Amino acid sequence: MNPIKQISFTLILVLTSLSISAAINVYQFDDPVKKERFYNLIDELRCTVCQNQTIAASNAGLAKDLRNKTYKMIQAGKTDDEIKTFMVERFTDFVLYNPPVNNSTLLLWIGPAVLMLIAFIFLISNIRKRVSTPVTEIDAQEHERVQTLLKQKKDGNND
Amino acid sequence: MKLRALLPLLAFLILVVLLGYGLTRNPKDIPSPLINKAAPAFDLPAVLNPDDKVSDKNFLGKVTVFNVWASWCSACRDEHPILVKFAKEHKTTIYGLNYKDQRADAIRWLGIFGNPYIASAYDVTGNTGIDWGVYGVPETFIIDKKGIIRYKQIGPVTDKIIADKILPLIRKLEKE
Repeated sequence: MNPIKQISFTLILVLTSLSISAAINVYQFDDPVKKERFYNLIDELRCTVCQNQTIAASNAGLAKDLRNKTYKMIQAGKTDDEIKTFMVERFTDFVLYNPPVNNSTLLLWIGPAVLMLIAFIFLISNIRKRVSTPVTEIDAQEHERVQTLLKQKKDGNND
Repeated sequence: MKLRALLPLLAFLILVVLLGYGLTRNPKDIPSPLINKAAPAFDLPAVLNPDDKVSDKNFLGKVTVFNVWASWCSACRDEHPILVKFAKEHKTTIYGLNYKDQRADAIRWLGIFGNPYIASAYDVTGNTGIDWGVYGVPETFIIDKKGIIRYKQIGPVTDKIIADKILPLIRKLEKE
């Protein structure tokens, strides 16, 4: 590779990487703590338009607006709780990927544990029953029949 | 013994009923936290004349329908003739929130499809939309005389929704 080619190749690499990082760093923070809070928050807030994405992952217009709103609120010195309250007041608990325990989410929170408990009780009672069931004794005649049947089975296998 | 054997079947049937009920529900319908709360404050220029202002104060003293629309929203186009007819037939007070739109597009849209609104607020940033919890245009709110939100419709209003829900509610709220 000649030097000119080498330099231009390097330049292309450097310039393209610059433009990519510019696209990611739309949000400028002077404080790394704020930056971390911002990225944690937008990863915890759900996009109401495309419902299985966070506002960090979604390209929807509303998600973009809510990212901007979150950014502005962080820069204005609002706490995480204040920002979450702001979102919940407008879009309900639905916007939180980690919803709080209250009347409407109680089933969601304790449901799996309750089902687990029921299954466990069922399992224990079944095991107990099986252990306590007495083995039925058979008389001599039946015993003889079992022997014959077993013998037949054995002979059959030898064929 | 026989009854016990039917238990898994019973559990299955309960599951079928629950899942079946789940299928009838629309996951896009997020219940609005604003029902029975005061209309969020806003003060925006009107679409047709930027010197005119539209604010939540306009809603006081009469039962108001507040419809969120945009010229880029195709479902709004389906909904629009129904609103035009509704405004004309029932002399309803309808205000609009023109959400994240371009003024020129919005004005042209009203020119082509008709204007059922007393005025439309021009929310180009979408900030008022966020305050109102708007996430799927069109959305329609009914606000009582005291400025309290009493109903929210997500998605286009249909003749059936007007006849079954909106009109009876407006009649009721007018008597309050």
